[in-house]
Amino acid sequence: MSFVSSLEKSLATSKFTITGELTPPKSASIEDILDGAKLIKNDVVATNVTDNPTSRVVMSTLATCHLIEKQTGLETIYQITCRDRNRLALQSDILAANALGIKNILVLTGDYITMGDHPEAKPVFDLDSVQLLWAIKRMQEEGLDLAGKKLKTPPKLFVGAAVNPGLDPIEPEIIRLEKKVAMGTKFAQSQCLYDPNVLEKFMDQISHLDVKILVGITPLLSAGMAKWMVKNCPGVIIPDNMIKRLKATDDKVKEGIKIMVEVVSQIAPMKIAGIHVMVPERADLVAEMVKAIKASGAV
Amino acid sequence: MIITEKKPIDEIKESLKDSKKVFIIGCGTCATLNQTGGEEQVKELTKLLSDKEIVGTVVPETPCDKRLLKRDLRALTDALNSADTIVALACGAGIQAVAELTRKYTTPGLNTKFIGMVERIGEFYQRCLACGDCVLDETGGICPITRCPKALLNGPCAGHMDEKCEVNHEKDCAWVLIYKRMKDMGQLGKFKAFRKPRNFQKSTSPQQIVWRKPQ
Repeated sequence: MSFVSSLEKSLATSKFTITGELTPPKSASIEDILDGAKLIKNDVVATNVTDNPTSRVVMSTLATCHLIEKQTGLETIYQITCRDRNRLALQSDILAANALGIKNILVLTGDYITMGDHPEAKPVFDLDSVQLLWAIKRMQEEGLDLAGKKLKTPPKLFVGAAVNPGLDPIEPEIIRLEKKVAMGTKFAQSQCLYDPNVLEKFMDQISHLDVKILVGITPLLSAGMAKWMVKNCPGVIIPDNMIKRLKATDDKVKEGIKIMVEVVSQIAPMKIAGIHVMVPERADLVAEMVKAIKASGAV
Repeated sequence: MIITEKKPIDEIKESLKDSKKVFIIGCGTCATLNQTGGEEQVKELTKLLSDKEIVGTVVPETPCDKRLLKRDLRALTDALNSADTIVALACGAGIQAVAELTRKYTTPGLNTKFIGMVERIGEFYQRCLACGDCVLDETGGICPITRCPKALLNGPCAGHMDEKCEVNHEKDCAWVLIYKRMKDMGQLGKFKAFRKPRNFQKSTSPQQIVWRKPQ
């Protein structure tokens, strides 16, 4: 069997897959992010590269993915949101991604524009994530663009989407995941998860879906960060005892990583495909987190 | 209804800085119900512009309807002609009808906000973006184009918290509302349907409808 990407191969053949995440630099030089890519290269199968995350301007995802792959050999997962580009721009970037050798794509609707550093800009949202997944499916399976025009060479990308197991009500999110899977989503990366009970229930509710779940893992670096996330991050539920443990310790980073190693050991037996490790602006901690998980024998 | 709000008086005064004689025109329909362009608000603005000579005021029945506006301005031609500037307390359509009909320098006294529903006087909610392709039959009678800032068509994004929108925590997530209403009505099957991308040609501006040939 041939696979489009190392990620697809890992999800099909490995017991546990780990992906990481890097944010392109707010800079015209690629150097900063290359250091990060080198740091995590041996710890993850592939890394997401975010697309103007939280609506802040950073270097183009497409170019960043290409430069990371070319200069470090680390496989990337090209994140693409519907916030900043209309259907023409999205499709042309997808064609370019394929031409540049990018193998994985993660389709998102995108945070709203007022959440970032250009709140006065015009938001696009010509398509939503489900519609963009539909567009990619058409491009790949039928060789047609959204206008029904033939593509000389269709793209061939391994397609993923996002999911948030902690939302309330959860049923609309499950229905949305059903639509995403129907539109060709093969893997879904989740919002940061801290409460294994939330995931257990969710995995039960989506057992009818043929999709590989990579659970979002972000170590808590302080009690303040935990409280901030509970208040501001949709679907993030953090058990009180984790916050207490962080308050009680001096080495908060060490304790934060320890807590997540425990979470991973609890969720690993559930029907998940692996984890997606995210630490904004701290590739060193992504590497440290993954090494701690592997050393613990949890996976 | 077209919902309007008063422009800050300093902005109106700035636009009138070169004018001595001013005529004020209100709106007897939406802006009267909004309490932004009725008889009361015309009087109030007359007082606020006490440094100007107010050569006349009128609240036409429906200023955005050129036929009615023409009728209601007919007896006021001399006063209108003597004015340097007209201040119109009406929606954008009304202001433009006034400018087009009088051919006078016309300045807006209101900002036009949205097509809205009146809950009670002083409480107005946007309910329609005039997208030209109504989907309310598929969404439980709640408009996602208007009420979801991203105008999503395939369910909520993953940004809602406590059933509120990620963009403004004081506003309800439109898609959670749609989900709950459709579930109550036994219409979740329709909720699950995939909705294709919108056709923006249906709302390309300027829109016009001319089904009757001019005589």
